[in-house]
Amino acid sequence: MFDTLSDRLDSIFKRIKGQGRLDEKAIQEGLREVRLALLEADVNFKVVKTFTDRVRERAMGQEVLSSLTPGQQVIKIVHEEMIDLLGGSQEGLNLKGPAPRVIMLVGLQGSGKTTSSAKLALQLRRDNHAPLLVPADVYRPAAIDQLHRLASEIDIPAYPSTSEMNPVDICRDALEKARENGQDTVLLDTAGRLHVDEKLMDELARIKEVCAPSEILLVADAMTGQDAVNVAERFDELLDLTGVVLTKMEGDARGGAALSIKSITGKPIKYMGVGEKLKDIEAFYPDRVASRILGMGDILTLIEKA
Amino acid sequence: TKTKEQLSKQVDQLLQLNKQFDDAFWEDLEEILIMSDVGFKATTTLLERLRDRVRQEGCNDSETFKTLFKEELAALFPQPAKRIKPQPPEVVLMIGVNGVGKTTTIAKLAHRAHMQGQKVMVAAGDTFRAAAIEQLEIWSKRVGAGFYAKAPFSDPASVAYEALDTAQAEGYDTLFVDTAGRLHTNVDLMEELRKIKRVLAKKHPGAPHRTILVLDATTGQNALSQTKLFAKDMDIDEIVLTKLDGTAKGGVVVAVSLEYGIPITFIGLGEKMEDLRPFSGTDFAQALLDL
Ligand SMILES: Nc1nc2c(ncn2[C@@H]2O[C@H](COP(=O)(O)OP(=O)(O)OP(=O)(O)O)[C@@H](O)[C@H]2O)c(=O)[nH]1
Ligand SMILES: Nc1nc2c(ncn2[C@@H]2O[C@H](COP(=O)(O)OP(=O)(O)OP(=O)(O)O)[C@@H](O)[C@H]2O)c(=O)[nH]1
Ligand SMILES: [Mg+2]
Ligand SMILES: [Mg+2]
Repeated sequence: MFDTLSDRLDSIFKRIKGQGRLDEKAIQEGLREVRLALLEADVNFKVVKTFTDRVRERAMGQEVLSSLTPGQQVIKIVHEEMIDLLGGSQEGLNLKGPAPRVIMLVGLQGSGKTTSSAKLALQLRRDNHAPLLVPADVYRPAAIDQLHRLASEIDIPAYPSTSEMNPVDICRDALEKARENGQDTVLLDTAGRLHVDEKLMDELARIKEVCAPSEILLVADAMTGQDAVNVAERFDELLDLTGVVLTKMEGDARGGAALSIKSITGKPIKYMGVGEKLKDIEAFYPDRVASRILGMGDILTLIEKA
Repeated sequence: TKTKEQLSKQVDQLLQLNKQFDDAFWEDLEEILIMSDVGFKATTTLLERLRDRVRQEGCNDSETFKTLFKEELAALFPQPAKRIKPQPPEVVLMIGVNGVGKTTTIAKLAHRAHMQGQKVMVAAGDTFRAAAIEQLEIWSKRVGAGFYAKAPFSDPASVAYEALDTAQAEGYDTLFVDTAGRLHTNVDLMEELRKIKRVLAKKHPGAPHRTILVLDATTGQNALSQTKLFAKDMDIDEIVLTKLDGTAKGGVVVAVSLEYGIPITFIGLGEKMEDLRPFSGTDFAQALLDL
């Protein structure tokens, strides 16, 4: 469905025969196709609008390159703008400041917080850190058990919380214990919650207050649709996020949510989850994800060379 | 919420200002539907039908428009086929991608069946995800359902088979089989599902009697691919749409219904076992536009 974007663009430009320069009419028609492709990739409607405006501005009156068809040239501009928006270079975790540093994971139900916290712990240990995993979800049945199992699978300590405890107390006490035991990074696995659930959102604010995290990561599912912006906006408003983990990226989701979230919050996407196993996490590469949102891996290598 | 109010105001204004339903009206409506994840293609189809109806009926007031909209949308959703109660136990198999709400929905459906006086068992067919067995066990206790599980990492098909054996021997009315979340693109894991289906059918003809695909309302256009690939391997009887208690509208099920015609039977509206409602196309249409 999507690999035809460049075909569709080419046929438009052939019809219009824009010569010398990319003329307005051709660009308008081309951008309509781009807009459709972005919507099919679940990029938020409003984000699509501002994004295509930016592309239009840049494309207007550009000289036609001899090495590319006009259609390919528009895609090249779209692709470059998208990489720019997604965050030019790749960003890791902020581990500055005195130990123990706190990394807090937040997000909607089932997005992948618990799995991602164990994945990050594994990465941190590989980089010679001493992480502590903290189960702070006292609501979902067996959520604490889940993180304990994952922790023991990778032999990383987990704070012994129980579902009778209060999440804020768990986090405060865990941080204290980490200090005593010389663990330098503390990962807080919070319960999934809706961004409109005021009581539970307030709980996150209190955890933040008590633990002063150096990272607050929104864990978002790559398959999320238009609602991604509402969710990201609310979590960011309340907590001032430091970054995003985009999960379940090994499937066939286009991941348009990445573009929506970045463009709404401005916060970098730091990692991608690419499977259920604890090693299945990768740094986020804006260029690869841009190609994927456009649904055109192969053609882009060609265009990048031009 | 802010966005919800804006949207509903938007629709109301749209209906008030645009008595003649001009191009701007249809464009705004298109925008609202796309923002609800209905998707471009399904939105176009739906609006074409609606435009025809509006023209035919000479509709020129907002109340009539609301009714037409609800009717047209509701008509897209196929009615569940009348099922003849199978020889017990009726076997219900729950499938879907990771984290959509399969296990919680089993708890909700089991609770419902239990309240209707059935003898219900749940089987922990997710032997893979950490503490998935414990999660279902806790739910079974809350619901008051029987529980069958084997050790972590056992073959899910053998869990299903043995659970069915026990359910038959002990006279259960309904058996819900949980499965691990899996992406529809994972060929090996899809084969694992087919195997579960095969062993169930071998033990009890007609089983699984209901295969339910769980879709998450927060999901966008990928739900189409999920439905396509799960349906390819599994014969889906029903869809349950979860997490409609947030701001996501779950509009992609409009596209799913147009393309695959699988009935939606229930919606999930929260994390508790009572948070389940039968699906109604009219109510869904109403919520979609905040009418
Ligand atoms: N395929 C795939 N599955 C993932 C990935 N990350 C997490 N999952 C799965 O998604 C499901 C939900 O993951 P969890 O880590 O339990 O999600 P959560 O956000 O902690 O969920 P709640 O605590 O219930 O809100 C599980 O089945 C995980 O195995 C990923 O990158 N790819
Ligand atoms: N708000 C809301 N949350 C829900 C709903 N249904 C399930 N959840 C939550 O979503 C998360 C995932 O639910 P599960 O039932 O564990 O999902 P699953 O599909 O079994 O997940 P895996 O087995 O890991 O693939 C949990 O935190 C549930 O409490 C719903 O209708 N609304
Ligand atoms: Mg969790
Ligand atoms: Mg489950």
